[in-house]
Amino acid sequence: MPDISSLSLTFDGVGMTFPDGTDALRDVSFSVAPSEFVSVVGPSGCGKSTLLNIASGLLKPSSGSVEVADISLGYIFQDPTLLPWRTVKRNVELLCELHQIPKEERQERAQEAINLVGLSGFENHFPKTLSGGMKMRTSLARTLTLHPEMFLFDEPFGSLDEITREKLNDETQILFQKEGFASLFITHSISEAVFLSTKVYVMSERPGTIVAAFDVPFEYPRVPNQRFDPSFTKICREVSNALRGVRHD
Amino acid sequence: MTKEISQLYRSAEGDCHRSSKTPSRFRLFCASFFPPFVFGSLVIAGWYLISYGILDESRRFLLQPPHKVLTNGFLDWGGRDGLAGMLESLWSSTKVAGIGLFFAILIGFLLAVIMSQAVAVEKALFPYLVTLQAIPILAVVPLIMFWWGSGQTSRVVVCILISLFPIIVNTLFGLQSAEKDMHALFTLHSASRFTKLRKLMIPAALPAIFAGLRISAGLSVIGAIVGDFFFGKGEVGLGQLIKRFSSELQGEELLAAVILSSALGVAVFLLFTWIQNKAIGKWSDRADLI
Repeated sequence: MPDISSLSLTFDGVGMTFPDGTDALRDVSFSVAPSEFVSVVGPSGCGKSTLLNIASGLLKPSSGSVEVADISLGYIFQDPTLLPWRTVKRNVELLCELHQIPKEERQERAQEAINLVGLSGFENHFPKTLSGGMKMRTSLARTLTLHPEMFLFDEPFGSLDEITREKLNDETQILFQKEGFASLFITHSISEAVFLSTKVYVMSERPGTIVAAFDVPFEYPRVPNQRFDPSFTKICREVSNALRGVRHD
Repeated sequence: MTKEISQLYRSAEGDCHRSSKTPSRFRLFCASFFPPFVFGSLVIAGWYLISYGILDESRRFLLQPPHKVLTNGFLDWGGRDGLAGMLESLWSSTKVAGIGLFFAILIGFLLAVIMSQAVAVEKALFPYLVTLQAIPILAVVPLIMFWWGSGQTSRVVVCILISLFPIIVNTLFGLQSAEKDMHALFTLHSASRFTKLRKLMIPAALPAIFAGLRISAGLSVIGAIVGDFFFGKGEVGLGQLIKRFSSELQGEELLAAVILSSALGVAVFLLFTWIQNKAIGKWSDRADLI
């Protein structure tokens, strides 16, 4: 195991029991290194999102510890969480606004991020006129304006259709390669996890704990057709088997 | 079906309609105005039937026919019961309703904001607000009279009491409507309480605030007229006028005053609908609801 101080994020024996008695996590230990893309897959309700809430500091673990390096975190929620009264541009500017970045720089960064996620031309649209995929792109752009060193993704593409989802997966790993951030990506889609990640962890049912880990050796940028590569499907099958092993039904 | 595809489908459908057969503006106009016109005509016909068919001449003052309401109530300008006096009363009631609504908005908004900031305050105040809302105005008339006399101030107080509740409830509901993740987003980027209120909770509350405003605007007009019935000192409001016309059996003028009152209510409602659509129509899904 590498030196802890050089890691972006380390979970050490993290357990989480909610006040209502729900045992969400038990003894979770793993770490994310800089410029590593780590995915966690698991059955629904296994405490995956709780993991991110703990990593971001929104929740305190009931046991164990979390080490987050002194880096900026970007949180991508399950829903795009856009403010409906703001245009795309003003939504993207929000986080810079909260961090009191001067107006000119804020607008510059927003435009840059909007271009990066392919939304130029939609700056003045209100969220209600956008498709689900475009809303998620806006949400990504909003976080990109802060150039976070680490992204926390909470099943961001789960509610999108397959076509949009694959497209956003393609773009996310290109962004990852371009921007060089570390990632902790929560999902219940195996192929999404394998396609995006350098490493895939499998979580058990509640109380969730890591039961298997897989390295994904493919180079970035990955091409869409990679998904049909025998070595790719082989990893998917192994992840799938590991997942099946932890399900009681 | 995916959102994108369904949207494509919908816009394609829209294009079809446009290219094949666009109903002319005139036809659209007819389609929306013909039904209420027909119904209105039926009501007026029924009105005549009652005035001339059912009531004999000695009892016709109970419901004067429409044209007499028009000539005696509206077209008669000067004199003690002329339109000039009625418009003056209308203006007086409008002022009372406006001032009452203004204070109701001020008090209601502030209370809702305070309640949204601390659950304890919300829990402490809410039962009393419900109680206040449940007290019939009639029951507190003597108290209002003791404290504020029987002039305009008391009429304004009635307005406030009647229109306050919907503003508080709707504003509070609106302030609490921002999703948990939205709050988390602001918390993650260390936004202060005030920033959250200003940039998240208040804008999120706007649709609900306007829903409350439109209800309260109508209620404030009712408050102004009801207030007139009990507190008649000073300027003569529409309620005073209605009271006098009914005691003097002036059916035409009475109906004219009633019509003016309801016109005021409708005007205030439309005004707030217009403001609402200007303020949030661009982004809210609910703004086009009337």
